[in-house]
Amino acid sequence: MMESFWRLLLLQDHNTRVVLAGACLFGAAAGLAGTFLLLRKRSLLGDTLGHATLPGITFAFLLAGTFGISPRSFLWLATGATISGVAGMGAVLLIRKMSHLKDDAALAIVLSVFFGAGIAMLSAIQQLPGGQAAGLERLIYGNPASMTSGDAWFVLLASLMVAAVCGCLFKEFTLLCFDESYAHTAGWPVRPLDALLMGLVVLVTIVGLQTVGILLVVALLVIPAAAARFWSDDLRAMALVAAFAGALSSLTGVIASALLPGLPTGALIVLASALFFGASLLLGKKRGLLIRHLLEREASRRLRREHVLRAIFECAEEGKPVVTLEQVLAKRPWKKNELTAEIGSLTNDGLLTTDPSGANFQLNGRGDSEARRLVRNHRLWEIFLLNHADVAPARVDRDADLIEHVLDQRLVDELEDLLDEKARERLVPGNPEKSLP
Amino acid sequence: MIWTELDTWIVLTGALTAMACAIPGVFLLLNKQSMLGDAISHAVLPGLAIGFLVSGTRDPLPMLIGAILAGLFTGVVSGVIERRGRVETGASLGVVFCSLFALGLILIRIAADHVDLDPGCVLYGALELAVVDSHAVPRIVWQSAAILALNLLLALLFFKELQLVAFDSRFAKANGIPSGWIQQGLTVVTALTTVVAFESVGSILVIAMLIVPGATAMLLSRSVAGVLLWSLVVALCSAVFGHLLAISMGPVWLGWLTGRSDLGSLSSAGMMAASAGGIFFALLAASTLARKLQPAPRF
Amino acid sequence: MSDRPLEIRSLNVAYHRKMVLWDADLSIRAGRSTAIVGPNGAGKSTLLKAALGLIPTASGEVLFFGESLKKVRSRVAYVPQRESVDWDFPVSARDVVAMGLYKKIGWCLPVRPRHKRMADEALADVGLADFAGRQISQLSGGQQQRVFLARALAQKAELHLMDEPFASVDAATEQAILTLLKRLKDQGGTVVCVHHDLDTVAEYFDDVVLLNMRVVAQGAASEVLTPENLRKTYGARLTLLDEAVVDLSRPGAPRES
Repeated sequence: MMESFWRLLLLQDHNTRVVLAGACLFGAAAGLAGTFLLLRKRSLLGDTLGHATLPGITFAFLLAGTFGISPRSFLWLATGATISGVAGMGAVLLIRKMSHLKDDAALAIVLSVFFGAGIAMLSAIQQLPGGQAAGLERLIYGNPASMTSGDAWFVLLASLMVAAVCGCLFKEFTLLCFDESYAHTAGWPVRPLDALLMGLVVLVTIVGLQTVGILLVVALLVIPAAAARFWSDDLRAMALVAAFAGALSSLTGVIASALLPGLPTGALIVLASALFFGASLLLGKKRGLLIRHLLEREASRRLRREHVLRAIFECAEEGKPVVTLEQVLAKRPWKKNELTAEIGSLTNDGLLTTDPSGANFQLNGRGDSEARRLVRNHRLWEIFLLNHADVAPARVDRDADLIEHVLDQRLVDELEDLLDEKARERLVPGNPEKSLP
Repeated sequence: MIWTELDTWIVLTGALTAMACAIPGVFLLLNKQSMLGDAISHAVLPGLAIGFLVSGTRDPLPMLIGAILAGLFTGVVSGVIERRGRVETGASLGVVFCSLFALGLILIRIAADHVDLDPGCVLYGALELAVVDSHAVPRIVWQSAAILALNLLLALLFFKELQLVAFDSRFAKANGIPSGWIQQGLTVVTALTTVVAFESVGSILVIAMLIVPGATAMLLSRSVAGVLLWSLVVALCSAVFGHLLAISMGPVWLGWLTGRSDLGSLSSAGMMAASAGGIFFALLAASTLARKLQPAPRF
Repeated sequence: MSDRPLEIRSLNVAYHRKMVLWDADLSIRAGRSTAIVGPNGAGKSTLLKAALGLIPTASGEVLFFGESLKKVRSRVAYVPQRESVDWDFPVSARDVVAMGLYKKIGWCLPVRPRHKRMADEALADVGLADFAGRQISQLSGGQQQRVFLARALAQKAELHLMDEPFASVDAATEQAILTLLKRLKDQGGTVVCVHHDLDTVAEYFDDVVLLNMRVVAQGAASEVLTPENLRKTYGARLTLLDEAVVDLSRPGAPRES
C-alpha cells in the first residue's frame, strides 16, 4: 500500500495525473461558483440541480440507440443532464411565480419529482441485459477513476470558463448578490446576470457528475464556500480561499481513495471538505470560534485590569496609597480570587510594588502614570456623555488610548473645564503627555 | 396488464407510506422548512448504516434509533453552525447533511461487506421486493399502517400547537408553547417516518412524499386542516396512479418516446413520485389558468 | 415644464389584488428637497419603487427629466432602506461606495485606485473618512445609512431618491444627512425622500407631498401642511396633539388655539 501511495504522490501514473487534475479543477470551480451562490442565499439550489439532472441522463441513455450514439458517450449524457437541469431550474422559477409557494418548497418539489422520474427510467435501464446501468450509477455516486484524458480536457475548459466569467464579472456579481434593487436602478441587467450565474452553477454541476456524482455536487458548491467565509471579510479573498479549499478537498479525497479502494471517491472528497469546514469554523482567522473567544477574553482581561488600576488610584486619592486586598475588594463587586490573580499579574508586569508580607501594595511610577491615564479618560468620557447625550453614543470609543485621539482638542479642553468646576472633590489628572518634565 | 396480489400489496404499502409522509411534510412546508425534509432523508443514512454495523443484522430497532439520532443531530448541529458560526440557513443545513450523507455512503459500503445490504436499495428502495414475504399480509404493510396511524394521532393531538408554531413561533413561545420542542418533535417524527419508508420507497424518494402532496394541497385549500386532508388524498392518488403507470402505460410511453421496445416495468416508487409531480403541475397550471380567466378588478 | 426632475401621472399599483397606489399624480420641483409623507401602509415606499421600475405597475406614466428612466439613469441615484441588504456581506464601506461607480467603470473592468479614492472622498463628505476600510457589519446603524448616502453621492446624480433616510438614526447621523441634503441642493440637485416623521418634515424639507394611496396635496411645506389636508391624509388617526405639533413646526404659521 505504501508503494502505491508514493506512486500516487509522485504522480507517476498518467491516469492518476488526469484524475487529480480533473478533480482539483472541479473543486476549484465549485468553490468559486459556490461563493456567489452562498452570498445569493441559494446554497441548496445545487442540491435540486444535481437531482434534476437524472431524468435527462437516463432519457438520453435510452434515446441514444435511436440516434446511433453510444449510450456511454459522456458528451451525450452531459447534454441530457444540462437540458434537464435547466428545465428543473425553470420549473423552480415557474412554481415561485405562479403560486404562493416559497423558494424552499419549489426546490424540494423539483428535486424530488425530477429525481423520481429519473429513478423510474433508471429502473428500466437496470433491467436491460448487459449490465449497462453500471455506467449510469457511476454518475450518481461519482467515479473519477474512470476519467479519461478527454474528460479531463472538458473539465479544464469548463473550469477555465467559470474562472474567466467570475473574474471578468466579479464586481457585477458582487453587486447582484449584495444589493439587487440598487443594481436594477443603476441600470444593470439583473435577470441576465442572474441567469448567467445560474448557468455557471449548471456547468459546474455537469463537470461534477463524473467526479463526485449527482448526489454530492451540492456539497462542493456549499461547503468550501461556507468554510472560506471564516477566513476573510473581503469577498475577493473569500472566493480565492473557497477555490483553494475545493481543490484541496478533491486532492485529499482522491489520495484517500487510492489508499482505501472500494470506498466511493466522491464521498471521501466531501468528507475532506467537511473536515476543512470544521477546522475553519474553529480556527478561522476572521470569524472562527477560537479567534472570537480569544478576542473576547482579551477584552475582558483588559477591562478587569483597568478597573483594578482605577480602584487603587481612587484609594490613593482618598489618602490611602498603600492598600490591602480588602480595601480594593470593597470598591467593586469583584470575586476575591479574580482580584488576587489580577494583583499578582500587575505586580509581575511591574506596575505594582508589593511589600514583603504580600498583604500591602501600591502603584509604582509606571503603574501610577498608567492609572492616571485611565482615570482621566474615564472621567472625561463620563462628562462627555452627561453633557452631549445626543451625539455621544456614536462617538464614545472606550478603547482609545487617549480621549484626544477621538475627540478634538477644543472639546476636550471644554470637558476638562467642566470637570474642574465640579472637581473640588475629584481632581482630573492632567494629560500625561502634557505633564512630562 | 396483469394484476396480481403482489400489486395490491404494492399499492397499499405505497399509499400508506405516502400518506404517512405527507402529514409531517405539511408542517415542514408550513414552517418553510421543506428542505429540512430533504436534509433529514439524506442525513439518516449514516444512522442506518451504524445501526447495521452495530447490530450486524437488518433488525429495525437499531436502525430506527440510529436514524432518529441522525435526524436530531442534523437539526441541532445546523442550528449551532447557523447561530455561532453566523452561516446562512441553507448553507448550514447543506454542510451538515452533505457531510452526513457522504459518511453514510462510506459506512454503507463498509456495512455491505458484513451485512447483506445493497446500497442502491437503501437509497431508492425496492418496493416490489419489500412486499415479498411469507405472511398473509406482508410485514411492511403493517409497518406502514402503524406509522400512518401514529402520525395521524400526533397531528390530531397537537394540531393547534403545530399550527401556531408554523404561523408565528415567537408568539407561541411568548404564550408558553414550547416551539423549540415542537420543532424538534417534528424533526424526530420526520426521521422516524423516513426510516420506516426507506424500506419501501428508499430514503431519497421520501422527500417527494413529504412535500409534493402538501404543496399540491396548498393550491387547493387555504386552511391547515384542509391542506392536511387534501395532502392525504393526493398522496393516495399518487400511489395508485404511480403503480398503475409503472406496470402498464409507463414503459409503453417511455418506449415510444425513446424509440425502444425492450423496456420492462418501471420502479413503482419512482413513478409514484413522478405522478405526485404530475398531479402538482397539472393543478398548478389549472389554477393559473383559472386566475387569468377571471376578469381583472375594475378601478 | 416637461423637464421637471420627476413627473408621475396616474400611477396605479396593485399588490395581490389590493390597490396600493391610486391614480397618483406627482410633480417634483427642481433644486428643492421634497418629502413624501403619509400614514403607514399609504404606499410611500411603493411610490418610489414603482417609479424606479422595481415593482410592476398597473398603469401610469413616470418621466425623469422628461424622459423614461432608461435614458437618464446616470442622472438618478437611489438610496434604499437599510433593511434591504445583508450587512454581514464581506465588503468594506469603501467597496459599497465604489458600487456607485460601477456603471461609470463599465462592464468587466476592475475597480481602480482612482475609483477607490473617489469612494474615499464621498465617505469623507459624510463624515466616515476613518471608516473606509471597515467591514460593513462593524458599522453602527447610522453609519450604515451614511455609507448608502455616500454611494449615492459618488454617482454625482442630479436627482436623489431616498427611502426613509432618517429612520432610526442617531443625532449625529441626522445632522450629517441634513448637511448633505443642503449641499446637494446648493449644487443644483433635487432630493426626494420618503419621510416618516411629521414633527420634523417642515423643518427639514422645502416641499411636501401628502400621500394616502392618492396624492392628497403637494407643494411648499408651509402651504400644504394645513389641518384640513392632514385630516384628509391621516383621517381620524391624527390626534389633536399631533396637529398641534405640526402647527408649531410650520415656519411662521399662526398658532391654532
